[in-house]
Amino acid sequence: MPRGLVSRGPTQYASRMGIVSSGFLGRRRTDDPRVPPGQYATDGFPVLSAGPTPRISKEDWAFTITNETGDVRRWSWSEFLALPQEDVSTDIHCVTSWSKLATSWRGVALDTLFAEVDSTFEYTMAHSYGGYTTNVPLADLLDGKAWIAHSFDGEDLAPEHGGPARLLVPHLYFWKSAKWVSGLQMLPQDQPGFWEQNGYNMYGDPWKEQRYW
Amino acid sequence: MSTVWRVADVVDVRAETPSARTIRLRIPGLHGHLAGQHVDVRLTAPDGYQAVRSYSIASATGANGVAEDELELTVEELPDGEMSPYLVHGLMVGGQLEVRGPVGGWFVWRPTDTGPVQLIAGGSGVVPLMSMARAHAASGSAAPFRLLYSVRTPESGFYRDELEHLSRDAAAPLAVDYVYTRTAPAGAVTPPGRLTAEALSAAVVPAAESPTFYLCGATPFVETVSGWLVDAGHAPERIRTERYGGIGGAS
Amino acid sequence: MTDQNEHAEQAEQAGPADPGYLDGNAAAGFLSEIFAVDVTAARGRCAHCGDENVVAAARLYPHGTGMVLRCAVCGEVLARATEMEDSVCLDLSGLAWLQVRI
Repeated sequence: MPRGLVSRGPTQYASRMGIVSSGFLGRRRTDDPRVPPGQYATDGFPVLSAGPTPRISKEDWAFTITNETGDVRRWSWSEFLALPQEDVSTDIHCVTSWSKLATSWRGVALDTLFAEVDSTFEYTMAHSYGGYTTNVPLADLLDGKAWIAHSFDGEDLAPEHGGPARLLVPHLYFWKSAKWVSGLQMLPQDQPGFWEQNGYNMYGDPWKEQRYW
Repeated sequence: MSTVWRVADVVDVRAETPSARTIRLRIPGLHGHLAGQHVDVRLTAPDGYQAVRSYSIASATGANGVAEDELELTVEELPDGEMSPYLVHGLMVGGQLEVRGPVGGWFVWRPTDTGPVQLIAGGSGVVPLMSMARAHAASGSAAPFRLLYSVRTPESGFYRDELEHLSRDAAAPLAVDYVYTRTAPAGAVTPPGRLTAEALSAAVVPAAESPTFYLCGATPFVETVSGWLVDAGHAPERIRTERYGGIGGAS
Repeated sequence: MTDQNEHAEQAEQAGPADPGYLDGNAAAGFLSEIFAVDVTAARGRCAHCGDENVVAAARLYPHGTGMVLRCAVCGEVLARATEMEDSVCLDLSGLAWLQVRI
């Protein structure tokens, strides 16, 4: 019986185009200008993880931003929910070639959080409960580009999709939207996170198909 | 460039149940395989879209006329599946798909293994275990084999007639016990219901005989049953598992 | 009744939700792109906790075009791999050693 989940878009594997199986169409729609090159639109929401789903209670949850002097700005769950909330409707793009259009989220903009942080550093490393990391330049978290999201489709974000809260950076491939996010570390230079150390692109712009090294 | 993918020709298809089908593939260059191994199957759509899934091999070389360059897969259709609906309903004899493998050197049984074997199948997890049962019979192995097969209804089980036939093979003993979780056969003594730790203990080879266990099915089933086996005193290193994923797994 | 419902029922009774991992033997096909021998039957030592077991007994988290293999005892990463257009990036730093039958 089937195990695993691997799907690829056409432009990634031109060198290994397989023989075509007559009648196989897969299950995606493709003719939409909102879909970046090499991507397919999906109605589902596949779950991909590098490890077990952490179970974090809201009582234990905290989000921190740590700057170059070691100052830690920390929000508990209730403090986090007391901040201005935003509703976001956006498209998301996974490096494995699926895109999901017009997804709706609710959360706190990174602009709101960074208003309380002092730093001259221009890069960040996002850390997650469970140990996952991914690097994102500060400029890609500000100016309305990123949120810490706690709701998806009007409901609490499910644990397998990153709940209680995940980073949401929809203009980059979705591996940058770290699930179970616990904080950001300011960095003086860009450094590779978990997948960037193992073949994934440091930046990850889906419109330039920056998937890998 | 990858050189491990090979083109396979579909030489036969036959229904196992209304939602499951056995597909016989011929793979030029294949020289048999071990019972319990699996292959990765790759399908490419006309626009280049590709999907890859793993499927266990159901057949054993030499059993049921399966030649050395052939193998059979039994695929069950999952309602939201990406590949299984095509493999069960769309693929025709004469069609082609790409195969990587056979692979897997741990979840295998060899005719040179002479110790007692306990096979435990949760639903479609019976597929690689059937390969072992077929290899066992084809080799005339005297190793004691037991199969505990959990199914929803009598009609949902695969290979019923063949298992009945194999259980009567005096040269290669195979004892088959069914657990019916939803509907039991007419006249059954026990009502339908999920496997329990007690029923498991009663049905499997006792720990004193040091059986090797091959346990295959959905992940929650495998997790639960292997836990019960360890609790019952079976050595963990004698329990080999093949998880098929569970709810949330796409196919 | 569908197979997914069967899984759900089994999960209900089993208690724990699908942990999201498979056995290490599910990586055999992918690893056959790189290794001439089957490493899922090989024994390895976790560089983090020292547990020794066959690779097939490790926990595989399939991750689209790659995989993460974690120690079943301590949960740390044994290996990770990413399959790219014409290469595979493989990190085995979580394995202290592998013993392979030849």
